[in-house]
Amino acid sequence: MAVIEVQGLLKRYGRHTAVDGIALAIAPGEVFGLLGPNGAGKTTTVEILEGYRRRDGGDVRVLGEDPDSAGRRWRSRLGIVPQGAQDGAELTVREMVRHVASFYPAPRDPEEVIARCGLEEKAGARLRTLSGGQRRRVDVACGIVGGPELLFLDEPTTGFDPEARRAFWALIRDLAEDGTTIVLTSHYLDEVEALATRLAVLSGGRIVAEGTPGTIGGRTAESIISWHDGNGAQRVVTDEPLPLLAALTGRATPVTDLRVQPRSLEDVYLELIGEAK
Amino acid sequence: MTAVAEKALPSTLRIGLSRGGAEVRQFFRERDAVVFTFALPTVILILLGFIFDEPLDGATDVRVSQVFAAGMIAFGILSTAFISVGVGIAGDREDGTLKRLRGTPTTASAYLIGKIVLVAVTTVAEVALMLTAGVLLFGLELPSDTGRWVTFGWLLALSVIVCTLLGIAASTLARSARSAPAVMNLPVLALQFTSGIFVHVSALPDAMLAVSSWFPVKWMGQGFRSVFLPDAVASQEVAGSWEHGRIALVLIAWCLVGLALCLATFRWTDRRTR
Repeated sequence: MAVIEVQGLLKRYGRHTAVDGIALAIAPGEVFGLLGPNGAGKTTTVEILEGYRRRDGGDVRVLGEDPDSAGRRWRSRLGIVPQGAQDGAELTVREMVRHVASFYPAPRDPEEVIARCGLEEKAGARLRTLSGGQRRRVDVACGIVGGPELLFLDEPTTGFDPEARRAFWALIRDLAEDGTTIVLTSHYLDEVEALATRLAVLSGGRIVAEGTPGTIGGRTAESIISWHDGNGAQRVVTDEPLPLLAALTGRATPVTDLRVQPRSLEDVYLELIGEAK
Repeated sequence: MTAVAEKALPSTLRIGLSRGGAEVRQFFRERDAVVFTFALPTVILILLGFIFDEPLDGATDVRVSQVFAAGMIAFGILSTAFISVGVGIAGDREDGTLKRLRGTPTTASAYLIGKIVLVAVTTVAEVALMLTAGVLLFGLELPSDTGRWVTFGWLLALSVIVCTLLGIAASTLARSARSAPAVMNLPVLALQFTSGIFVHVSALPDAMLAVSSWFPVKWMGQGFRSVFLPDAVASQEVAGSWEHGRIALVLIAWCLVGLALCLATFRWTDRRTR
């Protein structure tokens, strides 16, 4: 059974249609990435799934229930990592995580969660003294301490340094291995590429592409070949790289810095967004 | 179904008490709140008490400072219930507290229980602090008969309920957490001048008193004076007596108004979307 099932989702703000007929099916244990520029309808979609907003049309099932009418039991199976929370500024990390744990029927051990999020050294520090990245890790700790079956992560690593990001990715993979289904929205394409098992690109309230990070937008079909020769830097995009490579190897003039790469997710993404406009 | 589904959800009361613990901790750790909400009434009491420390006209054994010390308990309750709740909820809405709670099995009732715990703890501390100042600095006498303490009990309870409910309702008026203290303090300060808390009732114009009699502050002040001042000075009140029945009636009426306003206005988040 799918963890999330969406058909024909519709949301309007006045005369503006923010979400225009989205369909999604997310299976248990998936890490699903939702990509899209600002205003594409990502946040609106996710907030409808989380039960924060009401939809204007379509069918939505999250963990088998309609978020508009689901109750406390349903909420106890969900974990939400919101964006830009500043609450609990005067509480310590340990107090905050313990406090949030007290809302749930079967919470994880708060100390273990603190350790897992790399916050052991900061456990006694007040939230207002933390850096942006540390503060986000507290939000993640609060999101997972209830032992959710489904976790929503909204732009989770904004403000992280590279090392903290890597540690965070490891944590997410860890949770996914435990069987937690994860819905991730992010501006960082490398993050989605590293974490997501499947992703959808949203633009103008519609899904313009869906697939795995490796195949989305026909990504595997084309390669980028680049090299340096007497005429400077060269770059060719082709879906048949072998003849060109053969031609290059047969050349009399030296060819340096030869690379064959798949198109980057960023290229594909920008193309998709561009086409949609 | 997994084992998780079998376990009972924590009760609203349990979550509410957990919220209360977090609320109290946060309140006393935040210096602004402690200074502005908590200490201000006592500071004003001490200032006014020393400025007007003469015998009350027509009652040689009562000093004006003692009249202030008794009536100003209403100020204390307005601070710890009305202002701190209103400012607190506006803050919770802005810093993401309400949004986070809405995404957990916490109920609105549990959140409100947390606020009630906060108000109960801070109000008891506030009233104790103000009475200590009144007794030590201005010779206010604590009543020795049970009847007056019973009056004190119901008066305190009703005042706290009225102020908390109105505070919750008023929190929606504040556009942001930053503007909340200003929005909340204006009616509090204005009503205290017109209701005989900062100025003795005998000095107020009749029209002003007629207006402020529609609001709870006048009745709270009158009630607390009746607890701590000798019955002889009741003649200086507007009606010439303490009017306990009417005080109770007005406060109960405001409880109902406050409850209706809360139910009509309370929102987890700013749901009205663009």
